[in-house]
Amino acid sequence: MKTIEDLKRLREQVQSETRVRQANSKQIIVGMGTCGIAAGAREVMSAILDEIAKRKLEDITVRQTGCIGMCEKEVLVDIMLPGEPRITYGRVTTADIPKIIVEHVINGHLIKEMVVGKFTE
Amino acid sequence: MRELSLHILDLVQNSIEAGANQVTLDIVEDRHTKDTLVIRVIDNGRGMDEVTCQKVLDPFVTTRTTRRIGLGLPLVDMSTKRCNGHLVVTSTPGHGTVVEALYQHSHLDRPPLGNIVETLKSIVIANPELEFSYCHTVDGAVFSLATKQLIEILGDIPLTQPDVLVWLHEYLTSNVMNLYK
Repeated sequence: MKTIEDLKRLREQVQSETRVRQANSKQIIVGMGTCGIAAGAREVMSAILDEIAKRKLEDITVRQTGCIGMCEKEVLVDIMLPGEPRITYGRVTTADIPKIIVEHVINGHLIKEMVVGKFTE
Repeated sequence: MRELSLHILDLVQNSIEAGANQVTLDIVEDRHTKDTLVIRVIDNGRGMDEVTCQKVLDPFVTTRTTRRIGLGLPLVDMSTKRCNGHLVVTSTPGHGTVVEALYQHSHLDRPPLGNIVETLKSIVIANPELEFSYCHTVDGAVFSLATKQLIEILGDIPLTQPDVLVWLHEYLTSNVMNLYK
């Protein structure tokens, strides 16, 4: 069984490696309003976290947000890469997550057919 | 919603949208003496006045500006009533809100608690600035977690660090499973 002590040991191990990479992190945002949750947002979130753990991605921040009014297009997943507009993908399922992470988050290529919105902040 | 854990995720999101930076989640399961399952979400958000508080179970009332109906609380209310339970919302403007849902534990229509581990992961990881505490009791066995403690240990290492994610998943899974032994 994992304990808090394991986390303390883990911190010692990863401390030196991680610190450098955090400044320019990539953001993934999942819509977690009632509409998103009912459409499967938690499962999508789990798939994202699994993918980060599996691919050992160190520079990603994951956030959740509420309803933004596109309930019929939930689950909504936003990707924000440094210096680029915020891209919203709609009707995302767990099966789409590996593709979004590899194509967009890692390689920087939009998956055009899934985009439902683009915001320049 | 098929799982109580999904309602919990929804309730905590409500707290965050009410501006809370501290949220406490208590789950108390008493399978033998009282035969109850209680879910309590306590936040320090902006709260509601008495009039609003009485109206929150009406699906045609919402604070949301993107759409005119809100289904979160009415859905929880409905599910408790099907299971000899109730939903109580108490709030003080400027101080916060307490939402308490009670179910008859053994009721046939009671949705399963479901995947509480994934709900907790989502709350903890995707809201790093939220001070979140969780305390889960099953017939006297207790498991509790406070993000404050995790963040103190981790220092500047984010919760999304891959090895930390793996640890968190295993830590939550084994401790929650242990409650039902």
